[in-house]
Amino acid sequence: MLYREAGDFKTSYRDDSQTFPLKLDRWGYYAALAVAFLVIPFVITDYWANSVLVPFLIYAIAALGLNILTGYAGQVSLGSGGFMAVGAYASYKLATAFPEISILIHVLLAGGITAVVGVLFGLPSLRIKGFYLAVATLAAQFFLVWLFNKVPWFYNYSASGQITVPERSFLGWIITGPQTSASAKYLVCLGFAVLLAWVARNLTRGTVGRTWMAIRDMDIAAEIIGVNPLTAKMTAFAVSSFFIGVAGALLFSVYLGAAEASETFGINKSFLVLFMVIIGGLGSIFGSFAGAAFLVLLPVFLKNVLVGSLGWPTDLAAHLELMIVGALIVFFLIVEPHGLAQLWRVTKEKLRLWPFPH
Amino acid sequence: MMPQTQQAATAAEPYITPDGRKIGGVLMDLRNITLRFGGVTAIKDISFNIREGEIRAIIGPNGAGKSSMMNVMSGFYIPQEGEVWFRGEKRPQMRPYKVARLGLARTFQNIALFDGMSVLDNIMTGRLTMMKSSLLEQALWWGRAEAEENRHREQVEKIIDFLEIQNIRKTPVGRLPYGLKKRVELARALAAEPKLLMLDEPMAGMNVEEKEDMSRFILDVNDEFGTTIALIEHDMGVVMDLSDRVVVMDYGRKIGDGTPDEVRNNQEVIDAYLGVAHD
Repeated sequence: MLYREAGDFKTSYRDDSQTFPLKLDRWGYYAALAVAFLVIPFVITDYWANSVLVPFLIYAIAALGLNILTGYAGQVSLGSGGFMAVGAYASYKLATAFPEISILIHVLLAGGITAVVGVLFGLPSLRIKGFYLAVATLAAQFFLVWLFNKVPWFYNYSASGQITVPERSFLGWIITGPQTSASAKYLVCLGFAVLLAWVARNLTRGTVGRTWMAIRDMDIAAEIIGVNPLTAKMTAFAVSSFFIGVAGALLFSVYLGAAEASETFGINKSFLVLFMVIIGGLGSIFGSFAGAAFLVLLPVFLKNVLVGSLGWPTDLAAHLELMIVGALIVFFLIVEPHGLAQLWRVTKEKLRLWPFPH
Repeated sequence: MMPQTQQAATAAEPYITPDGRKIGGVLMDLRNITLRFGGVTAIKDISFNIREGEIRAIIGPNGAGKSSMMNVMSGFYIPQEGEVWFRGEKRPQMRPYKVARLGLARTFQNIALFDGMSVLDNIMTGRLTMMKSSLLEQALWWGRAEAEENRHREQVEKIIDFLEIQNIRKTPVGRLPYGLKKRVELARALAAEPKLLMLDEPMAGMNVEEKEDMSRFILDVNDEFGTTIALIEHDMGVVMDLSDRVVVMDYGRKIGDGTPDEVRNNQEVIDAYLGVAHD
């Protein structure tokens, strides 16, 4: 057996609490990173970037953000679409107002602005929980989209009501606008995704993560042992909104290039991100990526199979695609309600004993 | 305010118990506590104190108001009348998380662990109040974040050793059997290094062996760390063996207070437990 879990001993708490405690897992992770950064950029085509990898990475960031709020801190949110809009419009306003500053910094700043907005809309969570909080965040979704449509200042009084990203470059590479190459788009999104996944992992393995999970699992007990519910919930809203804001900014500036609030950031987006988190696995970093991959790749895959291989008419395939995706979601939730991440854990546990389970 | 404190402290001279433990001054003083829920009076004008280093039991029949009393002590309920004095100072009305930071930790009658987290993470939450690193430091796992994590892990590991739960440290709490959950909950409370440890029925629903284990842990905690312990328990054998002093409650009133022997011979206590004929 090449892959084994036994015999990998730790002699310090630092080694014991690292992200990939097994040597082989660690190597696998570094190998995946090396391929992602050093191989894929040279072979990537426009098709792969635009319909598979870039949306996957951007939605993975959004799913990470929502997972922090819903999966780790236990606060349900249906406002992700609205918060992505905040990120997108903030990056647009910043990029047009301060063209001399790198757009990458604007993306991060847009995340910061979204964090503030998120905290504001997260305040009701101190009083209400569960479904009622979901409804309150739904209000954020509708309000924010309405705001960006109604106030022309947000889209710089453009006649179409759309926002269009200006062309910007970083170290001589064009990274936004229609001239952007596939590999540049991909690398920008990959950079943010890897960085933010690392941050998410750091936050969730330490003190902050434990406060969030304590609030999620039993808020009364958490308060009795010294967790301040206000700071715990507000940091969760802030960090989560930061991630979602960055995802929104990237979606607009790097991926789409142009956006319109109700078209791009409608309630559908909120549900899409929520489904990613639920299917991927609540309270799991890997799950956020798995869920994003599932919901981004599955439609592409189905279209290729139905139209490409079976030669079905496009319109019929498009309708069936929706049905199949829906059915698969239901199927997965019945088989494993804790998502793909849990499915992966269970598979590993089973394989550990295979072929002699008793 | 000060003279009163002085008085309370002098009224309780330190002494050494027969088994050689040192009992100090008054740690927590509950004065004329009355707690009402609407028309129901759960606690009627109860006063008693807890001294440093002692094991203080609160007993009474079901519905006597013991758990309510503990909730008052941990700041979860705010009494309508009366004062809670802690370490010589009157405790103002404050949220439970602030009370925890004063040095009070507790366990619950119905286990209140964080089911989705591992045993280790659960116990680490006990030390949350001592964590100093900022959000940014933790996000980048830089500066104090990692050092702090490892330092507290070391302390937590000591408690894990002490309570003999090394083999389950990475197991999610939701998968553990009842008896072990109770032990993990005690570990979490201990991790906070409390001045006063409150245990609400630590042995409820346990078999004899588990009770013996738990009794041993309670005695060891008191003996080795010198932690003051307040304890609610129904098993009279355990209470009488473990505790230095016992408060007896019935229908929200205090009907007895003293050493186990005094309480055992108190007629009112006997009546409350065995019932009394009303003519």
